Amino acid sequence: MSETHAETQTLVIERDMPHAPEKVWRALTQPALIAEWLMRNDLEPRVGRKFAFRADPVPNWNGVIDCEMLEVEPPARLAYTWSSMGLESVVTWTLTPTQAGTHVRMEQSGFRPDQKANYQGANYGWRNFLAKLEEVLASFD
Amino acid sequence: MTLHRASPEALFKILGDPTRRAIFERLAREGELTVHALTRPSGVSQPAVSKHLAMLKAVGLVIDRRQGRETHYRAEPSALAPLVDWIGQMGAFWNERFDALEELLKRMDQ
Repeated sequence: MSETHAETQTLVIERDMPHAPEKVWRALTQPALIAEWLMRNDLEPRVGRKFAFRADPVPNWNGVIDCEMLEVEPPARLAYTWSSMGLESVVTWTLTPTQAGTHVRMEQSGFRPDQKANYQGANYGWRNFLAKLEEVLASFD
Repeated sequence: MTLHRASPEALFKILGDPTRRAIFERLAREGELTVHALTRPSGVSQPAVSKHLAMLKAVGLVIDRRQGRETHYRAEPSALAPLVDWIGQMGAFWNERFDALEELLKRMDQ
């Protein structure tokens, strides 16, 4: 039912849920519903809209995740940036109808420092670096 | 072995700089090198290379060894482990959120 691929650059979680895509979509896009399973938020499913998720602050983390809506395709695809602790990634939800309900896929990818100037024009791509990271670690075991 | 573990945030920040990343990658690839050897083909001044090395050293990504008048540097890739752990923790976070989402969807039926 649940699968996690914890690679260095992309995190994918997939589950089959016995609920219609339209219903899952509501849970992913209505702030009051999102707050029940994820975090307090002011999300609005409109491309270009900036919003934030807020959790209770903990030591070394202010509890705020800054986001910008990138894709809204009801009830199939939703993507937003996810920026926290100086790291930016993109969270993409894909809902695929199945006989029993919906296949829900969440992909979080592109972890990188959110100071864009740092890596633009770089010869060494951050992505490539992360791709090599596991390999490098394995070779030093 | 590294004695301390840097935070993922610190590691991302240090390695977010392409010049530092290039220095670290070169050390990981070529083994131990001096500041001079690192400076020569890089197009970066020696003081700048030294500064980058100091920052890499501060988070445990490079280790230095003094020999005569020269300091030799090598990469310590195991210091990258917190980055890998961090992604793993994000996985645990999302799995818990998925459980909560399924609970909510059940309640929405009622």
